[in-house]
Amino acid sequence: MSWLDLGPIEGIPVRGARKVKTAEGCIAVFRTADDAVYAVSNACPHKNGPLSEGIVHGHKVTCPLHNWIFDLNTGEAQGADDGRVTTYPTRIEDGRVHLDLSQLDRREVA
Amino acid sequence: MTRKQLVIIGAGMASGRLLEHLLEADASAYDVTLFNAEPRGCYNRIMLSPVLSGEKSFPEIVTHDDTWYADRGITCRFGERVVKIDRDRKVVTGEKGDVAYDKLVIATGSSPFIIPVPGKDLPGVVAYRDLEDTNAMIDASGTRGGRAVVVGGGLLGLEAAAGLRLRGMEVTVLHLMGHLMERQLDASAGHLLKADLERRGIRVLTEASTAEITGDGKVEMVKLADGTELPADIVVMAVGIRPETNVAKAAGLNVNRGMLVNAQMESTSDPDIYGLGECVEFDGNIFGLVAPLYDQAKVLAKTLLGEGDVFNVKQLSTKLKVTGCDLFSAGDFNEGDGREDIVFRDPARGVYKRLVIEDDRLIGAVFYGDTADSNWFFGLIQSGEDISENRDTLIFGPAFQGGAPVDPLAAVAALPDEAEICGCNGVCKGDIVSAIEGGAGDLGAVRAVTKASGSCGTCTGLVEQVLAVTLGDGFQMPTAQPMCGCTDLTHEDVRRLIKSQELKSMPAVWQAGAWKTPDGCHSCRPALNFYLLADWPVEYQDDPQSRFINERKHANIQKDGTFSVMPRMWGGITTPDELRAIADAADKFDVPTVKVTGGQRIDLLGVKGEDLPGIWADLNRAGMVSGHAYSKGLRTVKTCVGTDHCRFGTQDSTGLGIKLERALWGSWTPHKVKLAVSGCPRNCAEATCKDVGIICVDSGYQVGVGGAAGMDLKETERLADAKTEEEAMALTIAFIQLYRENAKYLDRPYKWVAKVGLDWVKARVVDDLDERQRLIDAFALSQSVYQKDPWAEHVKDRTDDYTPLADLTLEAAE
Repeated sequence: MSWLDLGPIEGIPVRGARKVKTAEGCIAVFRTADDAVYAVSNACPHKNGPLSEGIVHGHKVTCPLHNWIFDLNTGEAQGADDGRVTTYPTRIEDGRVHLDLSQLDRREVA
Repeated sequence: MTRKQLVIIGAGMASGRLLEHLLEADASAYDVTLFNAEPRGCYNRIMLSPVLSGEKSFPEIVTHDDTWYADRGITCRFGERVVKIDRDRKVVTGEKGDVAYDKLVIATGSSPFIIPVPGKDLPGVVAYRDLEDTNAMIDASGTRGGRAVVVGGGLLGLEAAAGLRLRGMEVTVLHLMGHLMERQLDASAGHLLKADLERRGIRVLTEASTAEITGDGKVEMVKLADGTELPADIVVMAVGIRPETNVAKAAGLNVNRGMLVNAQMESTSDPDIYGLGECVEFDGNIFGLVAPLYDQAKVLAKTLLGEGDVFNVKQLSTKLKVTGCDLFSAGDFNEGDGREDIVFRDPARGVYKRLVIEDDRLIGAVFYGDTADSNWFFGLIQSGEDISENRDTLIFGPAFQGGAPVDPLAAVAALPDEAEICGCNGVCKGDIVSAIEGGAGDLGAVRAVTKASGSCGTCTGLVEQVLAVTLGDGFQMPTAQPMCGCTDLTHEDVRRLIKSQELKSMPAVWQAGAWKTPDGCHSCRPALNFYLLADWPVEYQDDPQSRFINERKHANIQKDGTFSVMPRMWGGITTPDELRAIADAADKFDVPTVKVTGGQRIDLLGVKGEDLPGIWADLNRAGMVSGHAYSKGLRTVKTCVGTDHCRFGTQDSTGLGIKLERALWGSWTPHKVKLAVSGCPRNCAEATCKDVGIICVDSGYQVGVGGAAGMDLKETERLADAKTEEEAMALTIAFIQLYRENAKYLDRPYKWVAKVGLDWVKARVVDDLDERQRLIDAFALSQSVYQKDPWAEHVKDRTDDYTPLADLTLEAAE
């Protein structure tokens, strides 16, 4: 595991998201109403809509471009839409958000 | 050959139905003259409750409009009372003259019973009978914080109470008996109903005897026999109705409680005079519900055409038209020797069902909270069949009989053809099925052919199920139109809920509206955010996380994820300095496209998200603010050059446009709002297709509203003519505030005006000067909070939103 400290959870708005820029593209880090934190690829598989700008409801986000809805737990598109976004493990320690980037590292190695 | 003369006194629902049957069977049998004391033709009186609550508008419940009567050559004498009937000469005398008859129908309906207490004649005491009463109640609810006392806890009283509550009044219901609706409900169901109403904020006092109504020049207080005093701005008397028989009595016809008729609806004292509707008495019965009146109309039409038919009295069932209170009762449910009860209670769901059985037959039923199977039970009561075999499972309804699968459609499929679907219009399942087989493929068509679900509408779901069963896959069940999947409430329901229960936060709305999701969805949250900030600008805090990206970022997202930036140009006027600043910003931030828009300003397209605060700060420094080109709010006020330069200009259209834009900018509205001011009727600013469009003329300003030039194309309708610039501004602001307070989210003004009617808008914005001022004040209060430049605010406090939490691309480069 390769954990990156992203700072206090308060840095992310409730029912909102912030972005982490990587060489592979942006990761959107979400905070839900019950203070769960999720990280998924920022680009919607449909037309690359920025998911970090979508409306967060429950543990889901709606893409701002064409209203595709993704479950933040699994990254799966909901309903009739077919597709998924990559998810990244997160954890909260002492109120600080950590993001696991080992998937990215592996990809770089490969 | 001269046709026979038929005169009808009263244009209520029964006589409307009579005319339909009569003219359908033989349009040339009679010349018809129709008197009505109300200054209008027939409308669906049952639906006054949804008009009162705001769920429907009056035009939606008109069943026969002027064209209908004109097409059929009916002479209408509306707004004219009948003075007397001369039976010897066979002449009816109206206020404006005589008319001779061969046959006369008296359909004068009923009049409300006003309890004879001191103060009953004070202004502010109304009955609940016609459109005038309904409008009086709507007007009384216009002032927030108004208090209403409804005397009478029967069907009509409770519908009035629920409507007034939805209009935001504090409502108390006074009922003389021990429980509500005692003629239709037993004590247990009455108790559940009372608890439900109290949860909606309606206070219910039972065993309450009204002693006196007091007030100085108008209603102020209701005093009860036990000394309780209830302050009131309006008192609604809904204790009952009695047949209106004055005309019949004066003509010397036999009248007991009502005008006496035989089974052919003929007066028992004059073979050329007939009675119809609530004014008649037949076999000791008088009638208040619509179903038997329609039966009477059918019989009378045949009698008038010389065909034989017989009216007989049927079992009746009752439903309450209060959204969310499901109750049903039918038959006889009093306790008695030899009668047995089957009772089912589910307190947590608020469900109560009681069946009354005598000699192995179902004779009565009372349901509260779950009335889905009520028609099946009503069918059993009417048929009187032996239920002993199914008695064990009877109360669970049709789905459990004979091991049939639990499928909502199975219950409907199992209904016999004689089962009554529409109680109001007496339409059986068989009628509907034959209509469908005759080509009626949807609800509207079935309604047109059979009238099923066309009156009170509570059987709409059943009719749709009959369609589904009959057509199978060929029928697409229309989806109800709740706000979204999170709630069963419509947008209109939610707006009323927010106002009436003073809900000031999103969690409060989710709770009160029984949201099925923890925190809504992308569809309801932006709407709720708008409703709350529009109704409670001071108390509610705008929630950026419930806004679509464009409004959160204050820029339009483009398909490639970049944004457009558009500064305001007041009334389309700019300066060389502003243009230089725009050009500099476009250079500095590599803006690929610069476009002049149709709204008379300049759009910078293709700006990267993280550059937004920078470009905004530069434009701010040059004195420009956000043009809100992305918002459900005021967009632009387009102008022509007016008297400043144009030889045709009649007024300073540019100046008025700038003033309007300065007054309105920054306000949030249900959908975008675009204005224009043209300096003369040549209309160079294209004002006649805007949400509000003003045309300057020599004598002042013509203010039009509700135009559209998008998916729909529509010309504005004239709201009013203003003499001065100030008045034109006041009308515009009041109109926009009324739209903010009432429209459904994402309805442009033209859609909203079509729903509520321009007359309704005019009454508030143009005619009622107090209301106009209230609207202007409410708008000013909202602007004191929301009229601020979002660019400056975001540059100062919100730059975090535009920068990443971490940037690993930089680390990688090191």
